[in-house]
Amino acid sequence: MEAKALIESIRKISKKEVNLMEFCGTHTHEIFRYGIRQILPENIHLLSGPGCPVCVTSEEDIDYIIALSENYDLGVITFGDLVNVPGSKGSLNYLRLKGKEVRIVYSPLEAINIAKENEHKKYLLIGIGFETTAPNLAYTLIRAKEENIKNLLFLSLHKLTPPAMKAILDMGEVKIDGIIGPGHVSTIIGREGWKEIFDEYKIPFVIMGFKPEEILYGIYLLVKILEDGKPALVNAYENSVKEEGNKKALEIMYRVFEKGPAIWRGLGLIENSGLVLRDNFEEFDIRKIYPIKVASKKDNLCRCGEVLRGVLKPTECPLYAKVCTPENPKGPCMVSSEGTCAAYFLYGGE
Amino acid sequence: MCLGVPLRIREVKEDNTAIAEMGNSTIEISTIFTPEVKEGDYVIVHAGFSITILSEEEAKDIKSLLEEMEE
Amino acid sequence: MEDIILLSHGSGGESTRKLIEEEILKYFRNDILEELLDSAVFNLHGKTAFTTDSFVVSPIFFPGGDIGKLSIYGTVNDLSVMGAKPLYISVGFIIEEGLSFDEFRRILQSMKLASEECGVKIVTGDTKVVEKGKGDKIFINTAGIGIIEEDLDWRGRKIEDGDLVIVNGGIGEHGIALMLERLGVKSGEEVKSDLAPLNSLTIPLLKSSKGVKFMRDPTRGGVAGILNEISQKYHIDIEVYEEEIPIKDWVKSASEILGIDPLYAANEGKVVMIVSKDEKEKVLEFLRVHPLGKDSRVIGEAKKGNGKVYLITKLGTKRILDTLKRDLLPRIC
Repeated sequence: MEAKALIESIRKISKKEVNLMEFCGTHTHEIFRYGIRQILPENIHLLSGPGCPVCVTSEEDIDYIIALSENYDLGVITFGDLVNVPGSKGSLNYLRLKGKEVRIVYSPLEAINIAKENEHKKYLLIGIGFETTAPNLAYTLIRAKEENIKNLLFLSLHKLTPPAMKAILDMGEVKIDGIIGPGHVSTIIGREGWKEIFDEYKIPFVIMGFKPEEILYGIYLLVKILEDGKPALVNAYENSVKEEGNKKALEIMYRVFEKGPAIWRGLGLIENSGLVLRDNFEEFDIRKIYPIKVASKKDNLCRCGEVLRGVLKPTECPLYAKVCTPENPKGPCMVSSEGTCAAYFLYGGE
Repeated sequence: MCLGVPLRIREVKEDNTAIAEMGNSTIEISTIFTPEVKEGDYVIVHAGFSITILSEEEAKDIKSLLEEMEE
Repeated sequence: MEDIILLSHGSGGESTRKLIEEEILKYFRNDILEELLDSAVFNLHGKTAFTTDSFVVSPIFFPGGDIGKLSIYGTVNDLSVMGAKPLYISVGFIIEEGLSFDEFRRILQSMKLASEECGVKIVTGDTKVVEKGKGDKIFINTAGIGIIEEDLDWRGRKIEDGDLVIVNGGIGEHGIALMLERLGVKSGEEVKSDLAPLNSLTIPLLKSSKGVKFMRDPTRGGVAGILNEISQKYHIDIEVYEEEIPIKDWVKSASEILGIDPLYAANEGKVVMIVSKDEKEKVLEFLRVHPLGKDSRVIGEAKKGNGKVYLITKLGTKRILDTLKRDLLPRIC
């Protein structure tokens, strides 16, 4: 089996104690799903970074959505990931209890159909996701504008991955020796999308796919780079990732959005780390139409931020599994199926 | 943050959409980000959109990669 | 306004009488029901199985079936997996004011065909109508009664180390098909619920082999849910092999697209059974010639243990297969 051969090759060359951090929820999930930590040699440690856009959504943002929906009688259209993330009052499920509509979609284009079929209702479409997803929402708004949809509003919670990576590397809280590069964010931004980070930090960086063999191969390459001592930025997912990424997707994304500040749970405010709507799409921008100042009660007990930065293992959190479980999550790391705490819980990690 | 699965394009339609194969069934997707897509191509689909056309040399298979590694 | 159901149809007066006699009875006609008394009366001889289930599925018409068909097959299946020949069913409708007669009749027709196919009689029922907004088009409760012939009663057979876990075909179809439908994902013909009545499979199987020690249909919570129930109830561990689990290609793709594991998705035409090792060939042979069992497979085995379920991945690593701890929701990430 190919995996066995890959593990053998890794074992042969791996001597140093190394920490490799991934920045993609699907990588978190798949690593657990296939028990990859079990078969790697003990000197290789895999850390989960803030790769789950749901997990990094701040409490304030959830509270804002709830306040908007309640005060302005808006139905909410979102991806499933966001529905169980707790705000200070509760998650978006709370809105259902208050008789507000919460619609889950697979493709954001479905929001246009929902708006058309219910002309007498107003809807708020939540834009959540990193660079892989933002182009889809951008295109949805372009279409909504073309089709003159008047009952659809938009909230961007979109965030960019490189700034988060930079913030974690700058914090220096945990020694990160190599980066497991997110395969589909890279499909959009290309290998060149990481050049700036690589040039600044000279950290071994391998972009890899999601099949267990692809992950093992990518880890092999990282280990080789580390053992050789020659940092490199490698694209090991050439099938899907081009040097320049997907120019069309980036063009559409930046036609509708521009960089702006964003609040990341666990990291705080980071400049130019989020996507905000450009002025020519302001008719959809809920932040301009209904700005609300929401006072959030901070739940200081949730330590999702530290988990996201790789400094705390879920099992080290005092709430983990005792008070904080997937049925009763205290923070997004437990809510999202990609969240580190949820993955630990589901797959019995230690 | 990547949930994307490779699907084969069964039929390209006019309005930047296509029918992609899901096993022996199908789903409809938007191809706005991969306008040059053709029938028979494999694409990665994320949240209803194809985001890349997978290249032909379907991952020099792991076997040959492993052989390269031995050198 | 004759084309929709109104509150008056549930109030017990003339409209209700008309609804029952002119609509419902047309579809469910049989000698017991026609008496239209407050209770159905009949004789039962032997060990009796009794079950009930309520159906609130949305949308009420979905690829592969509808709420009516589901309400009959669902209850028939709960009886069938106990080894009971299903005989009589009760039906309770809770209709939201405004449901069209057209949709109601389609559901009644569906239930008529389903009950005829299973050889069950709908012998009693009730109809209520609630105000708009207090329901979701229609909810249906069915209760069912069946008789278990003595030698088909598998309860009390001890599950032991080495017993095998067998499933009669591809998993996750109902749950995933409905999820795609609800998300507005346009998909092709093959995407549909596996909704089917299991009585023609389970009862002859139990007759032909005494090695069947347990049966359950994996509805909500999926196959993973059932396996955890079994392991906890009987204090055994269960090991399941990822590569052996039958999953249709469209289910595999859709589950990856949506980020939902088919092991947690509902099934409505499947049975999970525990079979002694020495009866394996006989059981598989029987199943594979049955239309509902063509893709039957051994997916795992019972082991001495504490009540945990493990999945052996295709990489050969072992991990816990826990129950679902939250709503099954599609994810982008």
